Amino acid sequence: MAQHFVHPPNWTWYIVSYFFLAGLAGGSYVLATILRLWGSQRDEAVIRLGYLIPLPLCVLCAIFLTIDLGRPLAFWHMLINTTPGNGGLNFKYWSPMSVGVWALSIFGLFSLLAFFEGLGRLRPMPSAVTIVGSFFGLFLAGYTGVLLSVSNQPLWSDTYALGGLFLASGLSGSAALLAWLGHYVNGDPSTEARLGAADGYFAILELLFILAFFVTVAMAGTIGRTLSGIWVVLWILVLASLIPAIRGAFARTTISGGGTAALAQTAIVMPIIVLIGVFLMRIVVVFSAQF
Amino acid sequence: MADQVGFFTDTSVCIGCKACEVACKEWNGLAGDPPEFRDSFDNTGQLDAENWRHVKFIDLVPDAPTVVGNGQAWLLMSDICKHCEHASCMEVCPTNAIIKTEFDTVFIQPDVCNGCRNCISACPYAAIGFSKDTGVVHKCTFCYDRLQNDLTPACAKACPTQSIQFGKLDDLRTRADARVAALQAQGYSQAQLYGRDDKIYGGLHAFFLLMAKPEVYNLPNEQNAGLPRRNNRGGYLGALFAAAIGVIAGAVALRRGAQDSPNDRGAGEAEKK
Ligand code: SF4
Ligand code: SF4
Repeated sequence: MAQHFVHPPNWTWYIVSYFFLAGLAGGSYVLATILRLWGSQRDEAVIRLGYLIPLPLCVLCAIFLTIDLGRPLAFWHMLINTTPGNGGLNFKYWSPMSVGVWALSIFGLFSLLAFFEGLGRLRPMPSAVTIVGSFFGLFLAGYTGVLLSVSNQPLWSDTYALGGLFLASGLSGSAALLAWLGHYVNGDPSTEARLGAADGYFAILELLFILAFFVTVAMAGTIGRTLSGIWVVLWILVLASLIPAIRGAFARTTISGGGTAALAQTAIVMPIIVLIGVFLMRIVVVFSAQF
Repeated sequence: MADQVGFFTDTSVCIGCKACEVACKEWNGLAGDPPEFRDSFDNTGQLDAENWRHVKFIDLVPDAPTVVGNGQAWLLMSDICKHCEHASCMEVCPTNAIIKTEFDTVFIQPDVCNGCRNCISACPYAAIGFSKDTGVVHKCTFCYDRLQNDLTPACAKACPTQSIQFGKLDDLRTRADARVAALQAQGYSQAQLYGRDDKIYGGLHAFFLLMAKPEVYNLPNEQNAGLPRRNNRGGYLGALFAAAIGVIAGAVALRRGAQDSPNDRGAGEAEKK
């Protein structure tokens, strides 16, 4: 049985929101890149959308992270060492918070380029750029879970699953977001259907990581903490939110004319359910360890 | 570098007077938290931004009546930041606000800290607290200012029973070895040193003589004294696995399908034409 005698860091809504938005920012960029590399020209509207989304979300991420600090004006101390006599940059590869601040900053630059492309102000970015940008996008979506694990908190430090879990759910939420907002930018129905299928695969991956999370914290003897009171209700809602997406994955093979139209009908509701599930999962993971 | 200094806290002689708590607050100008009545003599409750020493009262009074002298009723322990040799707080701090001083103690620089609270999530001893007033975190400084002026830290100076002993780390270790041997010879088989050697976080500069297992005092035992970075590898591998499967699954699901015309190329290629 793992022993924990720690104080909680009191990371609450700003941090949960950051984790949520970071997953969507990184995920949207990655999915747009996948569509660019392997999709068709009909996906172009959604690709532009996927490249427009990360920048505003990165800005929001930076705002949430900053206002969560006790001294928001000293946010830059994360990047530059202000210890007297020790100037220079702060970078600790073994501290995910330190790495993450750099990853967010660098991904912010890729998002800026992508944003201009999305606006039509830049020619399509070379594949090399989008692939490197996607690497940082994936990192941003996943490191937040690792950050929680690299601590001595109950639950968080008792599992290896959180990085993968946050990454999978970030991809799932991004597919849902693109499918949803795709409606408003005249996205092609076939893009939307394929995003629905992708969402299903991501939801299955997320489900596997949720199981891994439960198994690891059960082995550590701390599972009771996240399956008590209100938290168990939230977990049920999270699991329920995966069902429509997973069904979508198997519906894909039957898509044709009318099927696509039917999927389009549900495509407004389903993404919202997925996004709520993505947010709730972060709430239950972040809060149940601390309170 | 100056000599390594330490605290040896011998809990067997602590009487729970809290002189250490008071002296610490006096010297460091800590207001303390509003008093709270708990089911104990302990109305401090925890180490935090306002309490850098905390006398724990561990209630072992048996529920059933017993004969005189059969067992301990209370365990007392003046708790503090352990000034770990391998400090979890320092490991994760992204601003490098947490440093080792010339005395090899662990010190948080308040003007460098930005209040991210990552150290709080890492410290296995719950020794750090966040202050809304200052916006940064605080813990025992080992009376850094007193050390620089060759003075004994306030808590050790005030302790009337010498439960808290201050000195050079090597001297304290020798003293602690003798004391635990004496107690064991008197029949206190549970008497043990905690953090005296490098098995707990590379050695604690504030180490303890305990009269029961560490868990009884809410201290992690040897198997559970892990540094946060132990989870980097597993956490990133999990994320890498998810990323690989996610990209493959995404490519499979999002690749242009049968409904696209054979000439319908990848979007990027088409744009570039
Ligand atoms: S006890 Fe906690 S605050 Fe003190 S040095 Fe060790 S990890 Fe840091
Ligand atoms: S709260 Fe301050 S001391 Fe603690 S990890 Fe953050 S910057 Fe470092």
